[in-house]
Amino acid sequence: MSAYTEGIITLLMINAIAAMGVCLLTGFTGVFTLGHAAYMALGGYATAILTVKYHLHWLPAVVAGGILAIVVAYVIGIPTLKLMGDYYAIASIGLGEAIRLILENWQSVTRGARGYPGIPTFTTMPVAVGFFLVLAFLLFCLLHGSYGRMFKACRDDHIAAALLGYDTARVRVLSLVLSAFYCGVSGGLLAGFLSFIQPVMFDMLKSTELTAVVVFGGLGSLSGCLLGTTIITLVTELFRPISQYRMLIYGAVLVIIMVLRPEGIMGQYEFGPKLFRKLFGRKAPAQERR
Amino acid sequence: MAFALELGGVNKFFGGVHAVNDMSFILQEGELAGLIGPNGAGKTTIFNLVTGVYDVSSGHITLFGEDITNHKTYEVVRKGIARTFQNLRLFASATVLENVMTACQQHHRYSFLEACTHLGRWRSVEREIRDRSMTLLERVGLADRADQTATTLPYGHQRRLEIARALALEPRLLLLDEPAAGMNPEEVQDLNRLIQKIHADFGLTILVIEHHMELVMEICPHIVCMNFGALIAEGDPEHIQGHPEVLKAYLGEEVEE
Repeated sequence: MSAYTEGIITLLMINAIAAMGVCLLTGFTGVFTLGHAAYMALGGYATAILTVKYHLHWLPAVVAGGILAIVVAYVIGIPTLKLMGDYYAIASIGLGEAIRLILENWQSVTRGARGYPGIPTFTTMPVAVGFFLVLAFLLFCLLHGSYGRMFKACRDDHIAAALLGYDTARVRVLSLVLSAFYCGVSGGLLAGFLSFIQPVMFDMLKSTELTAVVVFGGLGSLSGCLLGTTIITLVTELFRPISQYRMLIYGAVLVIIMVLRPEGIMGQYEFGPKLFRKLFGRKAPAQERR
Repeated sequence: MAFALELGGVNKFFGGVHAVNDMSFILQEGELAGLIGPNGAGKTTIFNLVTGVYDVSSGHITLFGEDITNHKTYEVVRKGIARTFQNLRLFASATVLENVMTACQQHHRYSFLEACTHLGRWRSVEREIRDRSMTLLERVGLADRADQTATTLPYGHQRRLEIARALALEPRLLLLDEPAAGMNPEEVQDLNRLIQKIHADFGLTILVIEHHMELVMEICPHIVCMNFGALIAEGDPEHIQGHPEVLKAYLGEEVEE
C-alpha cells in the first residue's frame, strides 16, 4: 500500500471518529452543533503540548485530550442544554470561535496563529484504525440497548421522555460529553498524524463539515455517518488535482444528496437485515409469538 | 392509610386566565376515579400540574403522603405516576416494542460500562426488558404488531400502546387523558374492559379524564366534575347524574321567561 493511500485511510479514520461523536449528539440525541471542531482543537492542542513540552507518551496524551474536551463540554453543556431548542447550537458557534481565538492569542502556551510544530508522528495507519475500531465498537454497543433508546426518546419527544422518568437535560449533557470525547480523541490523533497543527484548522468550516457529514449520512444512523464521512473525505481527496474546484464539488454533492434524499443516504437505517428488507420492498415479518 | 393523590387549594394562572380555581380533591388508594367536565374546563391542566409539566400558582399536591408540588416531571414520575396523553406522544422513530422498552428499562438497569461493551448483565437484562415489554403488549393486544413503527398503527391501537408504555413504568397512580377519544362505540367497550382489567390486575389507583359519559359512568365509582377550572360536583355516578350544577354545565341553563 502506498504511503498516500495509507495517509488517506488514516485521515478517514480520524474524520470518522469525530463524525461518530457528532452523530451521537445530533443524529441520536437531536442536539444541533456548529462548533464541534473546538473539541477537536482542545484534544489536538492538549496532545501536542503534553507530548512536546512534557514528553508524555502519546497514548495517555490523546486520552487526556479527550478528557479535556469532556470537561469543557460539561461546563458549556450544563447551562445551555437545560433549555430546549437551538440554544446549544448558538452557544456552540460562540464556543468554537472563542476556543480558536484563545488558541491564536495565548502565545506562551499555544504558540499562537503560526501553529504548533514538532509533534511526534505517532498516528500511523494501524493506530488510527485501532482507535477507530475500538471507539466504533463502544458506540455501536452503547446505541443498541437502554442508552440508545433513551437518547432517541429524548430526540423524538422530550416531554414524553420526561414523563417516562428521564431527566432530559442530563441525558443531553451526557450525550454532549461523550461526543466531545470522541472529537477530542480525533483531534489528538490528527495532531499526531500531521505533526503540526494550527488554530485555523479548527474553524467554523470544519465544524459545519462535521455536522454536514452527519446530516448527509442520515440522522440517527451510525453506518450512515461513516458512509457520509467516507464519501466526503474521498471527494475532497480525489479532486485534490483540481483543487480550486474542490469546494464546488463538495457543495454540489451535498446539494444533490439533500435534494434526492432529504433524510440522508441511510435515513435511520443501519447496514443489516432490516435495511435489506426495506430495500427489497418486503414487509418486516411479524415477530414470532412467544 | 395515606391518600393516593391529594390536591389542596390548587390554583393556576396563565397570565390573566384563571385556568384552575381552588381545586381540592382526594383519591383513595386503589380507586378508579373519573375526572369530567366540558371542553376547556381545565382537566388536562390538572394532569399537567400533577405531573410537573406546569408549576402550580398556589396550593399543594401530595402523592401517597409525599409532597410533589412543583417537583420536576421526572422526579414525580420516579415517585410512581404514569400518564397517557390526549394528543398521542409516542416515539415516532421507534417500533411498538421499543416504545414500551424505553419505559420498561427504568426498572431493569445495567451499568454504563456494560452498555458500552455488551458484557456482564447486558444480555440477561435486555432479555428481561424485552420479555416484560412483550407481556405488556400482549395485555393490551398488540403483541403481533411489536415490530411495526409505532406511528403507523391505527389510532385506537396507538392509545393502547400508550397505556402499555405507561404500565411499563410500574406506576402506583395511572393518569389516563381521554383514552377513548376518537374511538367508535365498539372500541370504547373494549377499552372499558381493558381499564377495568388493568385496575383489578395491577392494583393501581387510576384517574381517567373522559368525554364519553357512558364510559365514566360505567366504570368509575368516584367522579370529580369541574367547569371553568373549579370543582362543581364530586361523588358516585348517580349523584353526579342528578346534580343540578353538572346538568347546567353540560346542557346549559333553562331561560326564565
